[in-house]
Amino acid sequence: MSPSFEMVVGLEVHSQLLTHAKLFCGCENRFGAPPNTLTCPVCLGHPGVLPVLNEAAVRLGIRLGLSLGCTIHHRSVFDRKHYFYPDLPKGYQISQFTYPLLTGGAIPVRSGPEVRDIRLHRIHMEEDAGKNLHAGIRDASHVDLNRAGVPLLEIVSEPDIRTPEEAVDYLKKLRQILRSTGVSDGNMEEGSFRCDANVSLRPIGSSTFGTKVEIKNMNSFRFVHKALVFEVERQSELLERGERVVSETRLFDSHTGRTLPMRSKEEALDYRYFPEPDIPPLVLDPEWIEKEKASLPELPQERILRISREFGIGEAEAEILVVEEELARYLDEAREALRGHSEKGGWPLEKGVARLVNFLLTEVLREWNRKGVQVLGDSLSSAEIAHLLALVTEERLSLSQAKDVYAIAVESGKSPRKVIEERNLSQESGEETIGRWIVEVLAENPSEVQSYRDGKDRLFGFLVGQVMKKSGGKANPQKLNHLLKEALGR
Amino acid sequence: MELTRQQVLHVARLANLSLTEEEVEHFAGELSRILDYVETLNRLPLPPPGLHVSEAAKPPTPLREDVSRHSLPVESALSNAPDRSGGFFRVPRILEEGR
Repeated sequence: MSPSFEMVVGLEVHSQLLTHAKLFCGCENRFGAPPNTLTCPVCLGHPGVLPVLNEAAVRLGIRLGLSLGCTIHHRSVFDRKHYFYPDLPKGYQISQFTYPLLTGGAIPVRSGPEVRDIRLHRIHMEEDAGKNLHAGIRDASHVDLNRAGVPLLEIVSEPDIRTPEEAVDYLKKLRQILRSTGVSDGNMEEGSFRCDANVSLRPIGSSTFGTKVEIKNMNSFRFVHKALVFEVERQSELLERGERVVSETRLFDSHTGRTLPMRSKEEALDYRYFPEPDIPPLVLDPEWIEKEKASLPELPQERILRISREFGIGEAEAEILVVEEELARYLDEAREALRGHSEKGGWPLEKGVARLVNFLLTEVLREWNRKGVQVLGDSLSSAEIAHLLALVTEERLSLSQAKDVYAIAVESGKSPRKVIEERNLSQESGEETIGRWIVEVLAENPSEVQSYRDGKDRLFGFLVGQVMKKSGGKANPQKLNHLLKEALGR
Repeated sequence: MELTRQQVLHVARLANLSLTEEEVEHFAGELSRILDYVETLNRLPLPPPGLHVSEAAKPPTPLREDVSRHSLPVESALSNAPDRSGGFFRVPRILEEGR
């Protein structure tokens, strides 16, 4: 992007809620059932049926509002949003338009070294549509209405986001909050967490907005990043050539990493919103909101501070462990595995945990960023990592050896235990064994020993080297230094 | 208030309806009369639409308990469908978006 432009992004997230039943009927809210087995006259849009709002969906909306610092409106209204599409059996979607459940609030997001608040515009409740399938079908499309009527919260940010990194961090934080409050499982593959982006550019220093483009179909954090990077370049090139950006909807193509224009609609959409006559305005009892407030779990920001204190690490590092749940779970499991080692070895657990946390935030995190979740399983399971760090804690392996072992294990797919065995790497810390090597080396090098004792200090290094060689590189360097000094001083 | 031909055609397009010339003329008159009637209602001193809760419906709003129950058998669900394929509703091909 040309340095004279600034990127302006607002995100819309559709999050499916963790309820048992759908939003307006008693059909089960479940992913993966055989097609059209979770439907009834209400969600099929048959005439004469009446929707009744699901209490749990409202409760989850309240909880999300509390977690994000939103204004929770004691009165909100459902509206009908009209359009024709085969996945929308009623011909309209029940949503909230003029009076949403939640407005305001913010999500603190990492922006380079700083933290910025991304403000929220609104969050409203609505029902999901069904699913259209096209792949492998000739001259027709198939419709599965199991998803029709599943409760959603649509979370709309203000256009406060300025970089692709901020966008990804915003989404990670939001997903984390949705998950930790039990509002949603945030599963991106199954579509419980879907994101659209509104992207525009403007000259730096300008306070007006450029023409925005809506991007859809980004179903992973990586794709969001790629799509935004691509789109900013595209718009930047247009503007620099003196052309204009067309207001349109574009789809991200994960195969090419590009965004492509969607079939443009001939006319502006006219959804003809009006208040849903079958559902009275949603009026909330303030006591209910208070009750939910009292039962909220620890919020991510609080958790970051607690973990930072507990493990003696910085907030930025603690945040990684909070946002990346797989890493946090891995750490928890490894810590439990380490407990067994500490009991057997008779050393305090904290000693090993400190090493474990540091190793996780450096070595494991680096590989995880590179290769993803595969570095947390199988031959690199939490038990294996615990074993590796137990060896370090017991000084049977130096830290740098452990790092090498880990790197080799990641590349080869072998377990650290196997790598150590194959390379005969374990460190020798036994005073008796090291002492024996020292005695031998001193006996083999009488003149060097004499010279050292006469004041040639640099021969100490030579003798250390000889012992190390004799040990096959396995002597614990600190122990060796200490014991050799003792032996020579005698 | 008389609806223009243009307005009638716009509404018809939104409703996915195609109208004959006679129908356009007919609905211009009929819809206009409906709008005139609503205009009369608009002159009444009523609270703004939307947030108002009727006297009969006492807040807080009645809600459905979050309990799932059996859905329709798939055969019944599909029984009114003009076309089906296995357990799916079958519809005219939706244009692939994007490319």
